[in-house]
Amino acid sequence: MVAIKELPRDEYIELGHAACAGCGATIAIRHALKALGGNTILTVPACCMSVIQGLFPKNALHLPVLNTAFETAGAAASGIAAGLKFMGKDKDINVMAWAGDGGTYDIGIQALSGAAERKTNFIYTCYNNESYGNTGQQRSGATPYGAFSTTTPIIGKQEHRKPMARIMAEHGIPYTASISAAYPRLVFETYSKAKDIVGTRFIEIHAMCPTGWRCATWDSVKFGKLAVETGVWIMWEKEGEEWRFLGRSKQIAEGKVQRKPVMDYLKPQGRFRTLIKDSKKVKEFERGIEREWDILKQKVSC
Amino acid sequence: MSKIVSVTGNHSASWAARTAIPAVIAAYPITPQTTIVEKIAEFVENGDLKSEYVRVESEHSAMAACIGASALGLRTFTATSSHGLALMHEMLHWAGRARLPVVMPVVNRSLGPPWNIWVDHTDTMSQRDTGWIQFYASNNQEVYDTVLMLFRLCEDPKVLLPGMVALDAYILSHTFTSIEVYDYEEIIDFLPTYEAGHWKLNPKDPMAIGNIAGPEYYYELSYAVHEGFEAARKMIPKVEADFKKHFGRAHGGFIDTYQCDDAEVIFIALGTMGEEAQLAVEELRNEGIRAGSARIRVFRPFPAEQIQTLAQKAKAFVVVDRSLSYGHLGGVVTEIRSALYRSGQTIPVQGVIAGLGGRDVRHTDIKKLIQLGFDVADKGEAMPDIFYGLKR
Repeated sequence: MVAIKELPRDEYIELGHAACAGCGATIAIRHALKALGGNTILTVPACCMSVIQGLFPKNALHLPVLNTAFETAGAAASGIAAGLKFMGKDKDINVMAWAGDGGTYDIGIQALSGAAERKTNFIYTCYNNESYGNTGQQRSGATPYGAFSTTTPIIGKQEHRKPMARIMAEHGIPYTASISAAYPRLVFETYSKAKDIVGTRFIEIHAMCPTGWRCATWDSVKFGKLAVETGVWIMWEKEGEEWRFLGRSKQIAEGKVQRKPVMDYLKPQGRFRTLIKDSKKVKEFERGIEREWDILKQKVSC
Repeated sequence: MSKIVSVTGNHSASWAARTAIPAVIAAYPITPQTTIVEKIAEFVENGDLKSEYVRVESEHSAMAACIGASALGLRTFTATSSHGLALMHEMLHWAGRARLPVVMPVVNRSLGPPWNIWVDHTDTMSQRDTGWIQFYASNNQEVYDTVLMLFRLCEDPKVLLPGMVALDAYILSHTFTSIEVYDYEEIIDFLPTYEAGHWKLNPKDPMAIGNIAGPEYYYELSYAVHEGFEAARKMIPKVEADFKKHFGRAHGGFIDTYQCDDAEVIFIALGTMGEEAQLAVEELRNEGIRAGSARIRVFRPFPAEQIQTLAQKAKAFVVVDRSLSYGHLGGVVTEIRSALYRSGQTIPVQGVIAGLGGRDVRHTDIKKLIQLGFDVADKGEAMPDIFYGLKR
């Protein structure tokens, strides 16, 4: 694992960006771009990053950025990738779509799936803060079971999230990863690896969102780590046909460390306040987590 | 060398793409557009056209992909129709406001329900506020020529807007005629390679397209789009004159007029109905009736001045819309009345809705409508708008 002092000093997201305090997505893009470098074109659909990059006529992203409509990241990136291929620059310039969970799990899944099926040469990042964060925490396909959102305001979400990264892995793309912004060195390493792979690369980053998760901004990284340490978020990658657990999730899978109790993660977050009062619902939450572990363990051992 | 090919209206559009060599072409099928992108696929796969051909999974993605490619500063092309155009609507705005000169033939077809695949202008009329230049063609050669003219016009640094050329379903899209086509080398003086200047995604000179702009900027950016249209208004006659110089053909500028100089009643329509009207006018003239035809070829920017000039001599207009803005009137007649009101001209303008969903409008029907225009001229007042041929 790269040491923090060895990370490139180059910054592609400048000071003065407009993220909330404790934003996981901003930690993620900072370290992803350190790995990809300046020869990168970004396309950003409607999401928190539309705001984080700052207001016209300024921009905190020191890269060319095509902002595009909510459901189009995969398609806009397809056009950029095709154009670069026409120019003979597809090997020199990285194309990255940077989208939230609403823009990926929900409204953007068609364009993403199409781009992957066409073997489009680009990196698609879904930074998953588990709700429509930019519009004020509405329920998305990525919102966890039982979580409060402004469109599940009283009883919480009644459905489990989609296994988005697995859905993308099953497209047969050359690289898929599920990681967390709480581990910036892993973010850097994942993008360093993805950069050199040709074809569609899908990277999902669990992105802490104190605003939506109803937790203290200074605890952002703590909660990102707790999600992994409790096994609620699983870090893994699929390279070619090989599935692997990553980081702390690997240690958990190999039995080297015990998972912390799920309640350690749920209890301090305001969004789970209703869920934790109902033991049946907590069990259902845990059942969803176990199911994902079972499926991934099978994939890894194959 | 230029050659004559016998092609449909759709294949005329495909040949125009082949001639202009877009860097990126996005393709998605929809009846009756499909044969445009099918023919292009053939050109690409047999090596006649070196474009990147992206087989997207929807029209919405087709336009998004064109936007991505065009934002690199590259020539881009797609084609659609009807529901496909409606699905693109959001991205049409995006291309217009991002000042990306995507060129797109649209085969005019009705919107459902019920499913209906025949000619109707509702699809393109519904897109007139999206920031796209709109041409309406009336024959296959005009389709081919207009695509080339649009690339030249839209890519002009003063214009930088996307443009569509509309062609009537089946009447043009699937009807064969002979047209003259060229290789790129023969048109390069007319249509040089697109150079996007600074307005492009370039890692060496990074900039953001479309990040948030508050009320203190948005209005001015909207006005800048409007200025692009005013620049296009000035450029259109120049582009057509230059086209004529190179290839010996022109199609009438903003409005293709026929026998309008001394006409008492002028029939106004878009697309093939505008061409069909010339036959009606010819027959009426043989009977000594002073009729004229004005086919509006450019709908955005709207040729208000040209309409005002036509109204100076005529006694009445008959305007046929092949679409209906439910609860009001047709789009064309509304624009014409607006233009005349601004200039204080009071000639009667008879509005007519006809030909929806592919209902045939023959030159004999047009003759009847023109004759109605003479009654209107005599009375000095238009009747309520007519739903011509409506079965009750």
